[in-house]
Amino acid sequence: MTANWTIDGVREALAAKKISARELLADFYKRIEARNPELNAFLTLAPERARRQAERIDALVAAGGPLPPLAGVPVAVKDVISTRGTKTTCGSKILENYVPPYDATAVERLEAAGAMILGKTNCDEFAMGSSNENSAYGPVKNPHASDRVPGGSSGGSAAAVTAGLAVAALGTDTGGSIRQPGSFCGIPAMMGSYGRVSRYGLIAFASSLDRIGPFGNNVRDVAAILRTIAGRDPNDSTSTTAAVPDYCAELAKPLKRPRLGIPEEYFGEGMAASVRKKIEAGIAVFKKLGCELVEIRMPHTDYAIAVYYVIATAEASSNLARYDGVRYGLRVQDDSLLAMYRRTRGAGFGPEVKRRIVLGTYVLSAGYYDAYYLKGQKVRALIAQDFRDAFTKVDAILTPTSPVPPFRLGERTSDPLQMYLADIYTVTGSLAGVPGISVPCGKIDSEDAEMGKTVAMGKLPVGLQIFGPPFGEARVLQLAHAFEQAGGADV
Amino acid sequence: MKISREDVLRVAELAYLDLTEPELETYRAQIDEILEYIGKLNELDTARVEPMAQVLSEDQTADATLREDLVIPCAVAEDVLRHAPDPEPPYFRVPKVIER
Repeated sequence: MTANWTIDGVREALAAKKISARELLADFYKRIEARNPELNAFLTLAPERARRQAERIDALVAAGGPLPPLAGVPVAVKDVISTRGTKTTCGSKILENYVPPYDATAVERLEAAGAMILGKTNCDEFAMGSSNENSAYGPVKNPHASDRVPGGSSGGSAAAVTAGLAVAALGTDTGGSIRQPGSFCGIPAMMGSYGRVSRYGLIAFASSLDRIGPFGNNVRDVAAILRTIAGRDPNDSTSTTAAVPDYCAELAKPLKRPRLGIPEEYFGEGMAASVRKKIEAGIAVFKKLGCELVEIRMPHTDYAIAVYYVIATAEASSNLARYDGVRYGLRVQDDSLLAMYRRTRGAGFGPEVKRRIVLGTYVLSAGYYDAYYLKGQKVRALIAQDFRDAFTKVDAILTPTSPVPPFRLGERTSDPLQMYLADIYTVTGSLAGVPGISVPCGKIDSEDAEMGKTVAMGKLPVGLQIFGPPFGEARVLQLAHAFEQAGGADV
Repeated sequence: MKISREDVLRVAELAYLDLTEPELETYRAQIDEILEYIGKLNELDTARVEPMAQVLSEDQTADATLREDLVIPCAVAEDVLRHAPDPEPPYFRVPKVIER
């Protein structure tokens, strides 16, 4: 496999007329045609839309004018993010034929910056899952080992970038759905602070947690995409007015001996020994870079999964009430309105979505609200306080992204709780609203991961997670970039 | 046991969600295990903790960014109805709700 394109590489090649945007686009669709039947990363392609954009870019090149920052960059978009005129299924049968009448703000901003939207990527149904196995359209394969999951829920976006089927991609993260697949596929993947990127056009799962963010082949590309999509949007009242720094320019600034917190709670039991070894080697790279390492405590970490599955399912049960067969999506006809609702929802939603609707409705129902939902909100406050306390002592926090390397397809599907526990290191930052990135931190032999059993071919990626304080994206990216430049991916 | 078969039936009714017999028992058992796990939250004394509904601070929330209440053109009805399961422009058609 030739080295993957980067954003700067694309713009330079276009400006030097080494390739046209139309040729580049045709090349990417050829790659997709060759690899997608096996990977199942794309659900829908948007060749017409992409071609119109390619023509615009080629016209700009011909006119010799300045090229926008993402000129001609082929981008993939997770299928929970609305694209005008292009099917958006959320990986669900209930939206099998849904065509949004508008674009998400993030998509609009990517195109305004010159990106070509290739198509829509596979994901767990309504972004509910950690392995991409909950998609109604079949699982995505990990490009590094075909018997392994790519992570989830943004598995299609992660696999597409990893396999060179897109230069960058948008995913969404509610409890780890960008960072964990980034870790499993071995590419940088970032979730900005809650409020950093507009959620307008993101089909809601859990509104107080959902965030849109980028995947790229390197940290610079992640920074470039984030800079493009970030910033206040009048269509999302939770998007903040906080200024958006030039993240790419920030990358070049020297590290000023930052203090990095290592929370004991993220290195406990349940973490694979092979992952621990790589994360420790990764931490050593930061030490070599002149960072000061500080042991810290985040005492409520162990409660995060429990809080998350109360709050996320409660919000989901409310958000997913809109799928009733009246205005869009599937309808299963019946003589009575209520029976039509029940049958439509029963037939249209998959098992994980139904499970979460039942759980979420239960924790909100009379008699259980205080015991579960209110209790969850209170412990969420304690988890957020852990982060505030930590950031009075340190500039950023280093943790593993996932306690385990990519697991096998089918290995965890029968046990939802085991699947939920895969998110143990990522949900904390989701609940607290802080920014986080996963950067590649070495690869482990699959036999190493399996304690002696040699099954999968190839090596399995490990990801290191960096959390920053709210709106500290520039610092997080700077650290990730320094780590990458120092060879962090090969520890 | 945290959640009974009757609880699941009641909740599915609240959520207008048809469940098959096998789904009912599978979800009951799985949700029971999840609720058991969630029970660990009771280890924490939260009597003096304010519940957290969202992450943004006062100056970042809607109050600080409320827009003017302006009427803006929004001619999307045709687009929206085109993809409805049973459109009768300018309406969505549903089964009869009122009996004579």
